[in-house]
Amino acid sequence: MNLFTQFIYDLQAITLLFWRAVKGLRKRPRYLAEMIMQMDQIGVGSFAIITLTGFFTGGVIILQSYATLEYYGAQSNAGQGVATALIRELGPVLAALMVAGRVGSAISAELGSMVVSQQIDAMRALGTSPVRKLVTPRLIALIITLPLLTIMADLFGIIGGGVVARSLHGLDMNIYISSVRSGAKLADLVGGLIKPLAFGLIIGLISCHRGLSTKGGTVGVGISTTQAVVTSSISVIIADFFLSKLLQSLFGTTLF
Amino acid sequence: MTHGIFESGADEPVDSEELPENSRLIPAIEFRDVELAFDDQVILNGVSFSVHRGQTRIVLGPSGTGKSTIINLILGLIKPDAGQVLLNGEDISDFDDQDLMRIRKKIGMVFQEGALFDSLSVYDNVAYRLHEARLPEDEIEHEVTRMLRFVNLEDAIDKMPSELSGGMRRRVGIARALIGDPNIVLFDEPTAGLDPPTARTICELAVKLRDIEDVSSIFVTHEMNNVEFISSEYALIDPHGEVDFEPAGNTFCLTNTCVMMLRDGEIIFEGREDELMALDDPYIRRFIRGR
Repeated sequence: MNLFTQFIYDLQAITLLFWRAVKGLRKRPRYLAEMIMQMDQIGVGSFAIITLTGFFTGGVIILQSYATLEYYGAQSNAGQGVATALIRELGPVLAALMVAGRVGSAISAELGSMVVSQQIDAMRALGTSPVRKLVTPRLIALIITLPLLTIMADLFGIIGGGVVARSLHGLDMNIYISSVRSGAKLADLVGGLIKPLAFGLIIGLISCHRGLSTKGGTVGVGISTTQAVVTSSISVIIADFFLSKLLQSLFGTTLF
Repeated sequence: MTHGIFESGADEPVDSEELPENSRLIPAIEFRDVELAFDDQVILNGVSFSVHRGQTRIVLGPSGTGKSTIINLILGLIKPDAGQVLLNGEDISDFDDQDLMRIRKKIGMVFQEGALFDSLSVYDNVAYRLHEARLPEDEIEHEVTRMLRFVNLEDAIDKMPSELSGGMRRRVGIARALIGDPNIVLFDEPTAGLDPPTARTICELAVKLRDIEDVSSIFVTHEMNNVEFISSEYALIDPHGEVDFEPAGNTFCLTNTCVMMLRDGEIIFEGREDELMALDDPYIRRFIRGR
């Protein structure tokens, strides 16, 4: 099977998986406990790495841009730069990439192991749909928690920028906060929350699909996990471009 | 189904859907000219057989001859290219996912390695089907204890699958398959890799199901010891209520057990174990002798 055929096949399988997961929402049982457990594992479990990533990303933005801002006498706009970069782009994308690495790999490995040890077959044999039991709760958990994690990444990024601006460059905190407030527009905030919704769906679908299509024992689990992380990460970056373009069209601005 | 040794609590079975009065005349499992191929490779070629209530059909054959495919077809995990698969008289060949889920709830499946859910305890594994049906917890606890007693594993109720030996995992798998009192149970090489005494324990459970519970079953294996035991011994309840195993010997013939052998997707033998052993076919002789 060549690459193009494989791509079309995967796209078809992922679309079908999405449709079956959506259909599963209408039927009982709805596995609410499983959904909450996944939210805990994905959301609470990823909190530390997301906040650390956000904090140091905000810090490095100031570290790299402060000299240029100072050259143009625009130090008072430092907060605006951090807020805009984080809320529009870096927050959603970095949070999604971190979640793809941490959660996408875990989902794919877990489902892949269940496939090779016949647990998925056992689930079907016991009259349970693996899509409803395993895929739908994970998708919903990702769609709900990724925007929340993105908000935390944005927030800690802005704090990180402020800490670096204050401690290394002596920028007054009131100026920084005022600059952040003038930089964060409503359209940015809305766009910055729409993107992680889509990214959560992409990561969930790709990871579940890779996990459920695992073949070849434990070696296959490793391959599926790698493919899940790589494909999710690339898809997030590609989707970010198209989403930014779409949001520009919707909000009538070129700011995204 | 009857409730011989299962009847410790005198409760109704969990799945109360009763079989029709004439269910003995309708095969529990029936294959009619089933054909299946993956790409150019023929897996099953015109396979026809039936299993009636209380019967066990032992499916023999080397790896890759389509034994496990038969089980997957019964579960509706794959669909035949041609022919029909009937369960209790219903043709499931064209069933959608919804209907298949309904059918699967009435089938017990025992996997080669047990296929227990790693993240769940023995209790939760056995109770899985009942938790899915949202039954009250006290009822679930009663059923799980009853099933674990049936497989002699009451003490392992709180253990995790990783703490169990291979034989115990299979027995928990059997308890999980039997919950809800299915009238069809499928065994997919349940004794593979087990020592002879443990393998015999698994076979005893299959015989108990056949003779005391009136369950129809398919027992896929490539081990002749299993065939010999299942075909030559029967289970009965002694006056003290204990289950006993007796050799059929020359007293009578176990008509409720049939051996079927597959080769390249076709049935090359169907009959009793002693008839199989008496055959001169070189392929069958080589399989029986293991060389």
